[in-house]
Amino acid sequence: MANILINFAHPMKSRSKINRALRSAVEDLDDVTINDLYDHYPDFMIDVEREQRLCEEHDVIIFQHPFYWYSTPSIVKEWLDLVLEHGWAYGSTGDALSGKLFLQAISAGGDADTYTKEGYNGFTFAELTSPYRATANLCKMTWLPPFVVAGVHRGLPKEQVQLHADEYRRVVAALRDDRLDLEHVLRSELLNSDLNQAIKGE
Amino acid sequence: MESMLLELFVFLAAAAIAVPIAKKFGLGSVLGYLVAGIAIGPFGLALIHDIEEVMHITEFGVVMMLFLVGLELKPSLLWRMRVPILGIGGTQVVVTSLAIAGVAFFFLPWQQALAAGLILSLSSTAIVLQTLQEKGQMDTGAGRSIFAVLLFQDLAVIPMLAGLPLLATLALDHGGHHHEAALFDITELPGYARTLITLGAIAFVVIAGKFICGPVFRAIASTGVREVFVAGALALVIGTSVLMIVVGLSPALGAFLAGVMLADSEFRHELESDIEPFKGLLLGVFFITIGASLNFTLIGSSIGLILGIVAGLMVLKWIVLAITARVYKMGKQDRSLFAVALAQGGEFAFVLFQIAKSKGVMPTSTIDPLVSAVAISMFLTPIVFLLHDKLSRNEAVEEDESEPDTIEQQDHRVILAGFGRLGIDIGRFLLTAGVKPVILDHDVSNVRILREYGFEVFYGDANRLDLLESAGAREADLMIVAIGDSDRAKNLVETTRKHYPDMKVITSATNRDAAYEMMDLDATAVFRETFGTALHLGQAALEQLGIDPYEARRLSLIFKKKDHEMMPELYKLRCEKEAYVSFYQQHHEDLKAVMELDHPAHQKAVDTAWTAKNPEL
Repeated sequence: MANILINFAHPMKSRSKINRALRSAVEDLDDVTINDLYDHYPDFMIDVEREQRLCEEHDVIIFQHPFYWYSTPSIVKEWLDLVLEHGWAYGSTGDALSGKLFLQAISAGGDADTYTKEGYNGFTFAELTSPYRATANLCKMTWLPPFVVAGVHRGLPKEQVQLHADEYRRVVAALRDDRLDLEHVLRSELLNSDLNQAIKGE
Repeated sequence: MESMLLELFVFLAAAAIAVPIAKKFGLGSVLGYLVAGIAIGPFGLALIHDIEEVMHITEFGVVMMLFLVGLELKPSLLWRMRVPILGIGGTQVVVTSLAIAGVAFFFLPWQQALAAGLILSLSSTAIVLQTLQEKGQMDTGAGRSIFAVLLFQDLAVIPMLAGLPLLATLALDHGGHHHEAALFDITELPGYARTLITLGAIAFVVIAGKFICGPVFRAIASTGVREVFVAGALALVIGTSVLMIVVGLSPALGAFLAGVMLADSEFRHELESDIEPFKGLLLGVFFITIGASLNFTLIGSSIGLILGIVAGLMVLKWIVLAITARVYKMGKQDRSLFAVALAQGGEFAFVLFQIAKSKGVMPTSTIDPLVSAVAISMFLTPIVFLLHDKLSRNEAVEEDESEPDTIEQQDHRVILAGFGRLGIDIGRFLLTAGVKPVILDHDVSNVRILREYGFEVFYGDANRLDLLESAGAREADLMIVAIGDSDRAKNLVETTRKHYPDMKVITSATNRDAAYEMMDLDATAVFRETFGTALHLGQAALEQLGIDPYEARRLSLIFKKKDHEMMPELYKLRCEKEAYVSFYQQHHEDLKAVMELDHPAHQKAVDTAWTAKNPEL
């Protein structure tokens, strides 16, 4: 059993169908804490102590956010800048996050095929999320490939949104119950490319 | 009556003419008074008589000055200064006395030589402090050392008064001034009782200053009648002096002590600004009498002797001071100012020589040239200050790189006017940020309550220029006006702008119209009192209605920014009613368009923000 922290970052979540759907799909799960960064810190005054305590109390840390400018909304950067202190998150004595799992749950406007070398966006999700992989690495965390919902700019049909929400719930529950095949997952580019293979014992 | 008024007129008119002229030539007010004294004295126009009488009365200016100096010195600061006071002051008085006595011993019997040494070791508190204050040098290293020495000298006068008669060798000059008891003469009491009474009087001043003055002044202040407060302040200083004279102590010392005890009180600035003009006037007239008392007949007949004494006195004092400064390791700049500032005879010399005469310590023939020499040395002091300024300025330019800056780091000087519902939070904010403003409030009960919470708030009406002055407006960088009453706030902004054009003024305004008026007065920044709260309430309301907190915050910031941008336009149009209203409405509509939650334009703005997406998809 693992405790899961979802650091949710969307500046206007009321206008993001997909993020609302994903979020409500996991909200009622036991041992899952949703920490809405923009709600807690509308003026970006991040309470570092509180955030560090939350991290310490959980085993899996998920950042759920839209893929603004191939990255995160700005509050996530602020969060990383302030919360990941030397001596706590990294450095010779910074072991607070050691061994925890790190995951990004991303909603991207462009379709999945635009995130290829030949595609319109020119880079893959693996390449674009590499700074977070490096960050997780420095903090001695186990990085997982991102959970990606692509092509949301046109507005996905209801069924499709529901599909993604269900998958998200399966992933979070599997992480909580230690049913995710980490070895298999680490070989794939996206965490949700083949869930039936990745999740054991469903 | 007429002659008294006429004499008063002559004094005041002479001061009113001479001081501005002296100031214009950069000579300082003290020199102006002295010259005015010569001009109206017996060797000038001979317009005044009873010079000695007037001098005795106006010596009280020195007492008031020490009261004011005491007000500036908290007991804790005084305690920190104990080393310079006893060390530097003690060294100066003892060594100078012995040096002068040593030289005088070649001409006079030892008793007279010692008496002259003691008397001439004193410097002029009045001239030196007045000049230092005028130059703003009280807070420098040299200024503090000089003050320490002067304070020690004022203390040393007490044993000198008591000890001088012991040096008497001459037959008593009958009919001379005897100690005049105001109420009763404690010299008739046995020794132990006298000591007890003296100590009791000091204890009384300390205790009364600490515990009684507060409630009394609070009661007076609550009447709101200003002259009663002035009367109370004067009564305090005069009463203390009388008490000290009765027990045989220096009234200047008593007043100083009373001032120190009140330095922590909320009435500090009010007392200061009430006593200040009296002190200034009395001291001014006192300086005039010094100028007038220069006996040119005597000086003329024995000019060589007197000039020799003056030169000897000033050089000898200067040497001792310079050595003292070196021993106490003062900086180079401090050292030279310190030595120059105190190298003159003092006003206490007149008093002590008077006693020396009446007690038969010295003959008149010895005293008269000495008194003239002291007066001339006092007259020369402002000139010496000027010369020193000129020389050290040149030197300072040359030494600019080798010598570190000796001017002490000053605090940020901020005056916060008004400590009501608005001012209190401004004050708390600044204090926690490490900025310590001088806080003024005119509501005496409010001041008392806040003092109980540990805020250093001073009672007084910030609209009074003299109070602003004593609150340090001249050195302050910033005035914060947090006064609820529109007219009083405007008045203060106007006064500040007029008298302290370099000071920045930020102010609250009750509403938009008041804000325009503040802008008319050229305030640095104007904030409408309720605008910030209105935005916070609006933001909280949106949140309660389920709007995302971050969005609510952005909307409030957009509104604030747009309103701010609109202000200069509205300000321009404020006199044209129709244009004003239409601009206001237009702006309101525009703002609504930008902010309206479900407005298409807003939707688009939100959708295009942040996201990089494929425009072709």
